[in-house]
Amino acid sequence: MTQRRTILQALRDGLAEEMARDPDVFCMGEDISIAGGWGGVFTVTLGLEERFRGQLLDTPISELGYFGLAVGAAIMGMRPIVDVQYGDFLFLAMDQVVNQAAKMRYMSGGKVNVPMVIRAPIGATGRGAQHAQSLERFFFGVPGLKVVCPSTAYDAKGLLKSAIRDNNPVIMFEHKLLYGSKGLGQATGAVDASDDIPDEDYTVPIGKGVIRREGTDVTIIATLLMMHVAMNAAEELEAAGVSVEVIDPRSLNPFDWALVEESVKKTTRAMVLEEGPKFGGWSGEIAATLAEKMAEYLTAPVQRVASPDIPVPFSPTMEQYYRPGRQDVTQAVMSLLQYA
Amino acid sequence: MSETYSKQQLLEFFRGMLLIRKLEERIGYLFLEGAIPGTLHQSLGQEAIAVGVCAALNKDDVITSGHRPHAHAIAKGVELTAFMLELFGKPGGCCEGRGGSMHVGDIRVGMIPSIAIVAANIPVAAGAALSFKLRKQPRVAVAFTGDGGVAEGAFHEGLNLAAVWNLPFVCIIENNRYAASTHYSRNTKLEKLSDLAKAYGIPGLTIDGNDVLQVYQSAKEAIERARGGGGPTILEAMTYRLTGHNRRDPCNYMPEEERDQAYADDPLLRFQKFLLASNYIDESTAKSFGDELEAIVEQAVETAVAADEATPEDAMKHVFA
Repeated sequence: MTQRRTILQALRDGLAEEMARDPDVFCMGEDISIAGGWGGVFTVTLGLEERFRGQLLDTPISELGYFGLAVGAAIMGMRPIVDVQYGDFLFLAMDQVVNQAAKMRYMSGGKVNVPMVIRAPIGATGRGAQHAQSLERFFFGVPGLKVVCPSTAYDAKGLLKSAIRDNNPVIMFEHKLLYGSKGLGQATGAVDASDDIPDEDYTVPIGKGVIRREGTDVTIIATLLMMHVAMNAAEELEAAGVSVEVIDPRSLNPFDWALVEESVKKTTRAMVLEEGPKFGGWSGEIAATLAEKMAEYLTAPVQRVASPDIPVPFSPTMEQYYRPGRQDVTQAVMSLLQYA
Repeated sequence: MSETYSKQQLLEFFRGMLLIRKLEERIGYLFLEGAIPGTLHQSLGQEAIAVGVCAALNKDDVITSGHRPHAHAIAKGVELTAFMLELFGKPGGCCEGRGGSMHVGDIRVGMIPSIAIVAANIPVAAGAALSFKLRKQPRVAVAFTGDGGVAEGAFHEGLNLAAVWNLPFVCIIENNRYAASTHYSRNTKLEKLSDLAKAYGIPGLTIDGNDVLQVYQSAKEAIERARGGGGPTILEAMTYRLTGHNRRDPCNYMPEEERDQAYADDPLLRFQKFLLASNYIDESTAKSFGDELEAIVEQAVETAVAADEATPEDAMKHVFA
């Protein structure tokens, strides 16, 4: 049996199932289980308050503090899940994520593990520059830290479960336009990322990507909201006779190079699509590695489509300009074909 | 002195402090000879705090330390040879050579590898305390920080959470007067750093950190209160750093009279005088303890010097579980 679930519902189910399975799993965050509250800004833990009273800890506004507590509890063998209201607030806890959680196992010579999960909503969604960034760029190159980016409800639940059961720190970026939140957490421009989710327990392996759409002319690599943009563009391009393969790596660290390389061997052209400034983004790392490793297969330079190098603007028209859209993708794909 | 001590207990305090002193002196020479790589932040003059606090802890209680962790590691029971191997960055070191002086620790004896970002160990220790509370274990977590730690955000956020959630946690501020070269009066308007406790609604106490018995007694009270569900405490232990911030620091910023006073107030000498005056030991026992502990240190040094260097490619191990 399956049930239709949005990403937020899938995450809620996943959290509930994991907390029920293992009493060492617990959540810490701001406003996540206040009676009469919202279950977090995007309502992910709404309705779990009573059943998991002892496993949902409402914190003061104190990201550095409760991220540090999560590191300490994880070192002692618990499995904390900490979230920030908006990914941008991760900077407040940067030391605990990068210097402590990610390095502790290494610095201990393998004697200590830090099995914690960090959940962070990202993406430009009409809230100005400080509730809007795509944070992947700041975390995907941190040794010792795994990074996952689900674009569908099925993956969100499966990756969440993998992350909770993983013995390493894992950061999960969730796009605000993909949650499917209603009411308080609802956002304009939301995209349907719901799936028919099986009733039984399942996981999605960290580090394994998936081909969302098969094609032969160009490979597009995209995560989160941009995966959906790529799918729309691919549909439009198909009508124009261009066959696009869309790869959703689902994890940025570790990265599924095998899947991407196989695809690029077939299509000989690659484009990486990223929400967030182009300079210094993760798309540059993927493009550079493909250029290094796949030169003999490539018939065109690897393209990147990303946001301009500016903070996220508030004005809806400016924000639209900031976020890569279908047209940016189709244009880039057409320019890739010019080389052939 | 409300607490009564057995002779054995007093001698353990003395030997604990003496071991750290002998160890730090030997390490200092090894570093100057170029045998130990990297840098060193030593604990000379601060031994009474580590020994007094750790003596008041159970084996399964947990501590975290900062960039000056040697005394805490030895006092909590990190094995001496593994400690020494770590300073040399060699296999068999307590962190398998990935930590070095600033990250020594061993979770098996209740010491999280030291966290060399000032005050970042405070929320981490509070997190260990949170795990004890959630799992209903009668254990306590202690964070050691310095006077330099109190101006950090992590200090405030860690203490505040520990207080709000009534965690079994004790924060020890070793006030050695200087955050690197900056006197603590330039970092805070408070005369007593323990007054910070008022901001969190928890008990705070300033004690003589060079009196091992006072340290032990105050720590024990705070630790047992925490264990009993009474929440966290801040203990400020007044002390002095008898070496530089690191091994290359000539300490020109420390007034000469202040240093002379500090040498006269050396916690090890003070306690030795007390033991001599109270006839717990005589001069020859004191000397034989010294010789014995020097030999123990020397054996660890010889083992570490003779041990093979790390295999370079082993650097790739232990990034992910």
